[in-house]
Amino acid sequence: MEILSLLGQGVLLSLQPLNLLLILIGVTLGLFIGAMPGLGSVNGVAILLPITFLVPPGSAIIFLAAIYYGAMYGGAISSITLGIPGASTAVATTFDGRPLALQGKASLALVTAALASFVGGTVANVLFTLFAPVLAAVALSFGPPEIFALMLLAFATFVGLGGDDIPKTILSICLGLVLGSVGFDQISGAPRLVLFDISGFLHGINFLVLAIGVYGIGEMLWTIEQTRGEVTTTTARISVRGMLSDTRESVKRGWKGTAIGSFLGFFVGVLPAAGATPGSLMSYGVAKMVARRPEEFGKGHPGGVAAPEAANNSASTGAMLPMLTLGIPGSPTTAILLGGMVIWGLVPGPRLFVDESEFVWGLIGSFYVSNVVAVAVNLAFIPLFIWMLRMPFTILAPMIFVLSIVGGYAATRDMHDMWLIVIFGFAAFFLRKFDYPLAPAVLAIVLGPIAEPTLRQSLLLSSGDPSIFFTRPIAGPITIAALVLIFLPAIKLLRRGRGKTMADEG
Amino acid sequence: MRTGEIVTAGVLALLSIYLMWKATELPVGYISREGPGGGAWPFWLSAIMLICCAMIGLNWWRGTSPPSRSEEPVLDSYGWRMLLFVGGAIIVFVGLVNVISMYGAVAVFLLYYTRFLGRHGWPLSLTLTIVTPIAFFFFFEGAMQITMPKGLPFTDPIFNVLYEIIY
Amino acid sequence: MTIERRVFLGLAAAAMLSVAPLQAVAQEWQPRKPIDFVIMAGPGGGADQIARFIQSVAEQNDMTSRPLVPNNKGGGSGAEALIALANTNDPDHTLLVTLNSFFTTPLRQENLGIDITSFTPIAMMGVDPFVLWVHKDQGISTVEEFVEAAKAADGEWVMGGTGKGQEDSIVIAFLAGAYDLRIKYIPYDGGGAVAKDLAGQQVMATVNNPAEAKGFYDSGDFVPLLAFSDERLPAYPDVPTAKEKGQDFSYYNQRAVVGPPGMSEEAAAYYRDLFTRIYETDAWQGYLQSESLSPLWMNAEEQRAYWDTQITRHRELLAAMGE
Repeated sequence: MEILSLLGQGVLLSLQPLNLLLILIGVTLGLFIGAMPGLGSVNGVAILLPITFLVPPGSAIIFLAAIYYGAMYGGAISSITLGIPGASTAVATTFDGRPLALQGKASLALVTAALASFVGGTVANVLFTLFAPVLAAVALSFGPPEIFALMLLAFATFVGLGGDDIPKTILSICLGLVLGSVGFDQISGAPRLVLFDISGFLHGINFLVLAIGVYGIGEMLWTIEQTRGEVTTTTARISVRGMLSDTRESVKRGWKGTAIGSFLGFFVGVLPAAGATPGSLMSYGVAKMVARRPEEFGKGHPGGVAAPEAANNSASTGAMLPMLTLGIPGSPTTAILLGGMVIWGLVPGPRLFVDESEFVWGLIGSFYVSNVVAVAVNLAFIPLFIWMLRMPFTILAPMIFVLSIVGGYAATRDMHDMWLIVIFGFAAFFLRKFDYPLAPAVLAIVLGPIAEPTLRQSLLLSSGDPSIFFTRPIAGPITIAALVLIFLPAIKLLRRGRGKTMADEG
Repeated sequence: MRTGEIVTAGVLALLSIYLMWKATELPVGYISREGPGGGAWPFWLSAIMLICCAMIGLNWWRGTSPPSRSEEPVLDSYGWRMLLFVGGAIIVFVGLVNVISMYGAVAVFLLYYTRFLGRHGWPLSLTLTIVTPIAFFFFFEGAMQITMPKGLPFTDPIFNVLYEIIY
Repeated sequence: MTIERRVFLGLAAAAMLSVAPLQAVAQEWQPRKPIDFVIMAGPGGGADQIARFIQSVAEQNDMTSRPLVPNNKGGGSGAEALIALANTNDPDHTLLVTLNSFFTTPLRQENLGIDITSFTPIAMMGVDPFVLWVHKDQGISTVEEFVEAAKAADGEWVMGGTGKGQEDSIVIAFLAGAYDLRIKYIPYDGGGAVAKDLAGQQVMATVNNPAEAKGFYDSGDFVPLLAFSDERLPAYPDVPTAKEKGQDFSYYNQRAVVGPPGMSEEAAAYYRDLFTRIYETDAWQGYLQSESLSPLWMNAEEQRAYWDTQITRHRELLAAMGE
């Protein structure tokens, strides 16, 4: 009951006119920052920090939560309208969001993304409110072996993502994993794979560099080449009635994905080091697995938009939990927030919940309000994004190229990475022509740098004995589940493949 | 397509070999009581890539993958021109960033694309060319505090004036 | 502290700001572009936190005519940041926030060709001490018990840190040598991750800056055993120093601001004055105290001399570790 009254105070604080105005500004700003390929909540929060000195801390927190929420919603927008995932958490959204947009159903995809995000955020907030201390203990019980087992589970969902050509799919996964290991070996503390001894590789290859290269340059070149430069996006009409029927359809076909994403995303997001990307990917995989017609996924199924979007919102809220309950940042954004808390004179750590309960519940209260405002603002802006899609392709295309380069630079601030984007873009264009699936590479570059260090930390812990992944109480079941999921379809595929060649020969 | 398929696989195989060679700068074996060495992860994954390239080659020889059966050219004359005019423009764009600043390069690229590739009228092309970089400047430098490359020193006077406005 | 009080303080501070003279002394040289404030670590670590705190102090008091723009370049243990500074084409608008990898990285990666003595000293904002921590459930409360337990574990004593050749690993290597311990060292990607796995008892002990472990210390989860400082730390008066235990060893992480090679004298003078004023603000002094940093103010010449002694010292320490 005490929790409820504290939460109520937090919500009331957010509803004061000044704070409500800040939320509105913050959400709108966040939406556009998130929609920009290359920029995300981390940029929004980083620029806001110095300003927090100028407004009362209570309002500063609320503004901050609003930007955070706005940016989470915004991530889906560039995935759907431009086909460029603006953040690693939104890669899975492109799988079905982009096809929907190309079929002229961008508004359906955007409505689905907004509603799923809203549900995901709300479920996460409620779980957060009810179970924060318990979940903090769960988060702590996840050491390196458990995180690695979880990564293995995320990799299992890859199996369904590739094309029909198995060697090309495996090659794509491995290429992503190897590119993710460029730069620095955390365990031995030595530089590694500094390609051609160019110092720009010392900081590794950022996920965004590969994603923008593949989707922003490569995919665009491919589209222009395939369509002879005459892209005809089915003119999407915008009307109130259209959006209402979109809402009905997205609820009807997306509720299952939303439910899966909301819960799965939250639990994965709570674990520091794992984060929202595996959460959204796993939710997509599970949603596809339980769907009545899995083959519709990847061709424009609203459920394929709902699951990752619900999951990444839910996980981003979940990532706040270890920060608030333990003082441990689960993502770069929460790390910067943590720095902000120090600037405001708070001590992050387990005592925060007790000593600064008003701050904590004020923040959580503002999550609830921001989430409601964010879904409203997002829905209100959908016609604008649809209108953008109706621009002549000869204007949209150069704008996408410019956004890719400028956004890419904003993300890493290194000219070396701009050249990499161009190289990846051209490489992706040709690989695409020869049916190499590239989404696995883009996801592998995110998961690899989490999986490899945790694998080696675990083996250091066990003195090189791999049975550590099976004997620990939490890691064991996850590992086994992952291995089953990985090998089951592989065996099926092999059998099918053998059957086919025999039929061919016969 | 058929030639392209094997050439692509060959290039990827060379890349895998290079990555394997580069990974051996750190130990690639299993260090007793410590687990895999620092180069093991990239080394063995690159090795799998190499195997995949071999399998792609095998499929090519047997003609089981669609591109290896296709006789149409990888890129027809339209494709090559597109790559030259659009892809080339992107390379020039990035190359110009360090000369005439990010904003200058954006302006040049947009003008080229909208006016000469897109065949839009001068009024529209010029409006886009002028408005976009200025909007970007105020968004990135003013609102987001992200500084973009300024190019060679001769652009300084312009930026000094612009900074005077936003700060 | 209640929200209301903080609101009041915030408003009071804002009111004072508006009447304070913006720039007391007219400077001859002024930055004309945003200042690239390079941080030698990724977002979220101790160095990042300090850099952003400094930036917010400068912003709050309107101390610079152009903003300090934080720019994280943590790649290759800070090698990326050192290269960026050495090759900058605008040395008057670039600054670097350092930690001890400023000394160790050029020593460990000699092929980088970085000579830090060519950099321009600006300000030493403070030094960060290290403390040995265990989880309370280990039931250990003194160094002697720690040594006993570590010996009994016989090579299975697990400690977490931020990587081989990093600051904490130097301290752990010293501990292992001084007490003849066999320690299993697990590298993590940041001080926060290390603290988390100590809290979850995935590792048995860590060497962290007080700032990183303070939250868990306040909640009673972490027990400090030994401080690697010259004097006892004011915030931890009951924790003995290594020197008291008969070990002639102290180790600090420097929190300094440096300029690139080739920064003009006028610009360097401007930044030295700027950081002197930041150093003297109540905000920074309060930060030093609350985060247990020790003040170690030095002028430019003293900083150069300090760099020389630190290079020599780190060469010895790294050699002793077999790096």
